[in-house]
Amino acid sequence: MALKGNLRDFSFTQLLNLINLAHKTGTLVVENPAEVISVSFREGKLAYAQDGNEKDNLIAILHRFNRLSSAQQHALNERLGHMSDKELGLVLINANYLEQREILSCMQVYFTDILNQLFTWVEGLFRFETDRLPPADKITVRMDLENIILAGTHLLQEEDQLLDEIPNLDLALKFIDCAGVNIRDLNLNAQERRVISSINPGISIRQIASSNQLSENEIRRVVNSLMQAGMVEIMRPEGLRHPLPILNRPSRPVPAGITAQKSLINRLINRIRAI
Amino acid sequence: MQTVKIVVAGPFNAGKTAFIQSVSEIDVVSTERRITSQSERVKETTTVAMDFGRITVDRNLVLYLFGTPGQRRFDFMWEILAEGMLGFVVLVDSSRPETFREARRILETFRAYAPTPYVVAANKQDCQEAWEIGDMRIALRLDSRTKLLPCVATVKNDVKNVLLELLYSILEAIDAGMGLNSITSRDKNLPSFSLNNTPA
Repeated sequence: MALKGNLRDFSFTQLLNLINLAHKTGTLVVENPAEVISVSFREGKLAYAQDGNEKDNLIAILHRFNRLSSAQQHALNERLGHMSDKELGLVLINANYLEQREILSCMQVYFTDILNQLFTWVEGLFRFETDRLPPADKITVRMDLENIILAGTHLLQEEDQLLDEIPNLDLALKFIDCAGVNIRDLNLNAQERRVISSINPGISIRQIASSNQLSENEIRRVVNSLMQAGMVEIMRPEGLRHPLPILNRPSRPVPAGITAQKSLINRLINRIRAI
Repeated sequence: MQTVKIVVAGPFNAGKTAFIQSVSEIDVVSTERRITSQSERVKETTTVAMDFGRITVDRNLVLYLFGTPGQRRFDFMWEILAEGMLGFVVLVDSSRPETFREARRILETFRAYAPTPYVVAANKQDCQEAWEIGDMRIALRLDSRTKLLPCVATVKNDVKNVLLELLYSILEAIDAGMGLNSITSRDKNLPSFSLNNTPA
């Protein structure tokens, strides 16, 4: 079965959310005419990312994040440039040059930067290759996607899309059961924390915005971030059977009691079974 | 004669006409027109008002299947078709993720029309490009209680299964005390057009 399409129709944020919720393992390849980016995942966690146009090895990455000076970079390239990233990392750790934590931290930022590029792509063909894992000689990480998704959506200016995603602010929000996810561990900004603390099935999004002094656009952006991170979903406010007043119409009469209604449905079931 | 109806909704080219045709005992009364827009030339014709199929249950009961037009500019028809429905099916083309957002919008719109049971059918599961059901559930943001059923709209048994699952959900809703407040009687469901209409 395919998991492929175009970011124009299915955004990178939505893709990450899907990979996260489905605990997927494999490599997502996204390409536009100028660039190809590969991002690998293990059980729904970010493991590795590579920008096809950049051939950064560990030395270049450490230099980019000021863990190595230009002179050190030059010297290491001359002496150890033939080593794989994993071998080189071990050498640097064993030589007390750097700690493992520092190397992993640099890799995480490097990978996150690559993903942040993808958040800005509005178009690009994507495919998910389930059998493809990161190269064995590369250093991998294990990063939760929720924070990456939240950070990525903060980067975006997607007002039109927001309106499309959340057209009706008179609906309410509810939390989605996310086993193993602790909200306190997520990097929420102040607005998101305020909105989360206001979520109640009986309170509309508009009321949450009003009580937190957020504009319609701000509340849409916050709710969209939380939805894209798979934390909340939109629901009809409790006690409101017809949420859209303009569509409210008088109910049709109920023709009979429960027994008669069930009998009618059972007749339909039997008829369809017999087709 | 009592008539009841089920609405089959979904984005453009999701397979609604084929779905109804697979189980209807009459040739589907269709309002298809030739497509003129280049951007929509993925098929030759499209439904502009509704599709209409019929399943006679017995002498006293008839089930009508109404297919909605998939294009947004005909969505004024949706509310008319939704009135009095027993429940609805949202049909989604599993191989076209670009239509998933529209499918969600249609689902939310019909849920707002009436609190009737519904199922989502992932059509064209026989296509190589089809997304897996689990991935579609996440992409469509369906919770685990919503029935998402794989199907191929041209396969009668698949369509029967989708309709049966919807009817089972309606039974569950009755048991839960929701009642069928939208069931209508005495042909009130029928829009005012002749059943002898034929496609152009």
